[in-house]
Amino acid sequence: MKNLLLICFLFLSLNGFAQQSASSMINEESAPKVEMADQFREDGKIYVLVAIMVTIFLGVTVYTVSIDKKVSRLEKDLKN
Amino acid sequence: MKKNWWKALAILILLYSIIGGLLIEVPRLAILNETIRALFFHVPMWFGMIFLLSVSVFYSIKYLSSNNLQHDVRAVEFANSGVVFGVLGILTGMVWAKFTWGDYWSNDPKQNGAAIGLLIYFAYFVLRNSLEDEQKKARISAVYNIFAFATLIPLLFILPRLTDSLHPGNGGNPGFNAYDLDNRLRLVFYPAVIGWTLMGVWFSSIRVRIRDLQNQMNETA
Repeated sequence: MKNLLLICFLFLSLNGFAQQSASSMINEESAPKVEMADQFREDGKIYVLVAIMVTIFLGVTVYTVSIDKKVSRLEKDLKN
Repeated sequence: MKKNWWKALAILILLYSIIGGLLIEVPRLAILNETIRALFFHVPMWFGMIFLLSVSVFYSIKYLSSNNLQHDVRAVEFANSGVVFGVLGILTGMVWAKFTWGDYWSNDPKQNGAAIGLLIYFAYFVLRNSLEDEQKKARISAVYNIFAFATLIPLLFILPRLTDSLHPGNGGNPGFNAYDLDNRLRLVFYPAVIGWTLMGVWFSSIRVRIRDLQNQMNETA
């Protein structure tokens, strides 16, 4: 319960802001002029990034799962 | 699978946050450009850390009233993964800062506060290693844990807001809310927070189970 409250308050704190309207006005004016990685995306290179990160993440996941399974096996052995 | 559903959920949520984080349309902002996507990775590290360290101090307090060493095991292992997330948060923050603020380290109050907070937690582990007796180790480190967590709050959330800061939401800067015109970022950010927190809990739970096994073996040996 304590942790739930803490998390709720942390999320609520995201709503704390001042000067919001000023920066959102600036945002609208300069929207098309800000450099982004559009060419990168058009060339499809972003998908290389996605693939790399997903691969790394899945690798780490498989590793974690294997450790988890090993511990489960040990727990079962020790219980017997 | 009945006991482990939340682990699979964490994996799925994180896959979603990685793929979505890179592919969704983001606000076009000066200085940040595409690095605004770091929001989906850097900030969840800190949310995760706070949650894990909260759980850790919760178990420390529980140990002080119960003297049950199993609570101490949980306290230290949740502190362990909490600190790992904190270190990752600082490292990812430094990379982000280099490209947006110009330096890996700007002596921004939140950067300094996070570094100090982590050093305090490193000292928690040093303290534990310096004590031999299990109960003494648990009791003294539990008290230290409470002070460490209590110090983290002003370091991370209060002091940076009182003075000039580069971080969004601190020192007079608008929070990231100001950039998030149509809640697009929130769609990936909130799941990422949940996903990484669940991962941290998974890491801690594995370590706790290993510790419990070791204690079990020591008892029967």
